[in-house]
Amino acid sequence: MITTSNLHKHFGRIHAVRGVSFSVQKGEVLGFLGPNGAGKTTTMRMITGFLPPSSGTATVCGHDVSDAPVEAKRVIGYLPENAPLYGSMTVRDLLTFAAEIRGFRGKARAARVDAAIEKCRLGSVRNQSVATLSKGYRQRTCFAQAVLHDPPVLIMDEPTDGLDPNQKHVVRLMIREMAAEKAIIVSTHILEEVDAVCTRAIIISNGTVVANGTPDELRARSGSGRLDDVFRKLTLGEEDVTNG
Amino acid sequence: MDSLRVSMAVFKRELRSYFESPVAYVFIVAFLLLTGFLTFSVTQFYERGVADLQPFFFWHPWVYLLLIPAATMGLWAEERRSGTIELLLTMPVTMTQAIMGKFLAAWLFITLAIALTLPVVFTTGYLGDPDLGVAFSGYLGSALLAGACVAIGMLASSTTRSQVIAFVVSLIVCLVLLLAGWPPVTGFFVRWAPTWLVDAIAAFSLMPHFESMQRGVVDLADIGYYVSVIVFMLFATHLVINNRKSA
Ligand SMILES: Nc1ncnc2c1ncn2[C@@H]1O[C@H](COP(=O)(O)OP(=O)(O)OP(=O)(O)O)[C@@H](O)[C@H]1O
Ligand SMILES: [Mg+2]
Repeated sequence: MITTSNLHKHFGRIHAVRGVSFSVQKGEVLGFLGPNGAGKTTTMRMITGFLPPSSGTATVCGHDVSDAPVEAKRVIGYLPENAPLYGSMTVRDLLTFAAEIRGFRGKARAARVDAAIEKCRLGSVRNQSVATLSKGYRQRTCFAQAVLHDPPVLIMDEPTDGLDPNQKHVVRLMIREMAAEKAIIVSTHILEEVDAVCTRAIIISNGTVVANGTPDELRARSGSGRLDDVFRKLTLGEEDVTNG
Repeated sequence: MDSLRVSMAVFKRELRSYFESPVAYVFIVAFLLLTGFLTFSVTQFYERGVADLQPFFFWHPWVYLLLIPAATMGLWAEERRSGTIELLLTMPVTMTQAIMGKFLAAWLFITLAIALTLPVVFTTGYLGDPDLGVAFSGYLGSALLAGACVAIGMLASSTTRSQVIAFVVSLIVCLVLLLAGWPPVTGFFVRWAPTWLVDAIAAFSLMPHFESMQRGVVDLADIGYYVSVIVFMLFATHLVINNRKSA
């Protein structure tokens, strides 16, 4: 349901993404791994239509993101990095705004908002303004905004960043529950998360895909059978590995 | 129809955000105090002994010059600074819908402030017998002028993530466009620019079109002028945002 082919992105002289191609089917949760600055966020921004690719294409549910951006955006739920939200709005108003833009009216809109508040356990802060929320609650509000319309494609940039261990667990459970009928991409720096939620993982380094496979396949690529070691081996230069 | 609804959602959110913070109230009070002070104290409205609205409308451009950049500086700059631009533009919204929604919200907000000055008209009605047609065309001109300034402010706001820069840039652009036909300004250009350029700059001035509407002359050409300034600025905003979304 998500296909990218040969995506490139230049920021002036920086070549941030260099020919990323992969696809994600319904029922898959793709883990997106890579060191800081590898190009994970940039790739996600191109798939969600925020940034135009310098070259290459991204297709979501058959809609080319560059040619049919609105159709593509309709079927995507997106949780951007750092959960940007309008600070002056209350949680409820913010979700109502998202529901309205997604085309829900009247009773259906209220039902969607209530369901999202329920699902993400935001009941206690529903009338609090976003600017005064703790980081974890902001993250959950942004998560609620992403799943509110029950999209077939879900793209999340570090969804468990800033959550306490209980909330991390809840979010992973929610991702697993939704996995069956969606295509999901999750970026993360937490390697246990890959085992916990992902059916497949991609490691991206310096803007290129250096590994693509199930967690077990990736593990088999290192002698020790640990994901950390695979990650280090693939994303550090030879010298760095020997120097620790 | 659906496309209108999406614009409306953006519009409503933007308009509410004015009223959710103290900005709206500070703005409206400042607007009324400033217009009142300039009209009644500086021009000595009562002492003139003529019950017309000229001294009232005379000050509008100068009040707008100060306050509209303040009302529009956040429109895009704040979205950039806080990163919500990514949230907004990955929702199923076209750039045109987002721009129109924001522009109309800011414009309506200013128009609301203008409407609160209507008691001035009633005061002149009480003192004498002003021409209501002139009052109407003055208000229409004022609202159009405000629309042009809002569009300029929005363009400035779209270029930066700093509200201060957005404020300063739109203030300067509005000032230049207000003064463009004024001899000291044209004089500055005459020294080095070709005549056609000086004439072109003077023709761009926001002022003469408003002045004729203050006198009660509603000319389609004047309305067309403001509408084209607005359309041009919105179009430019579109280009700017398309080209630098994440910067
Ligand atoms: N708007 C921009 N202008 C210039 N360079 C940018 C821009 N956005 C990203 N980059 C550069 O592109 C590269 C990839 O950045 P990106 O944010 O995609 O990394 P990431 O994999 O998400 O990293 P992290 O794990 O830290 O979130 C970095 O070198 C970054 O500096
Ligand atoms: Mg990132």
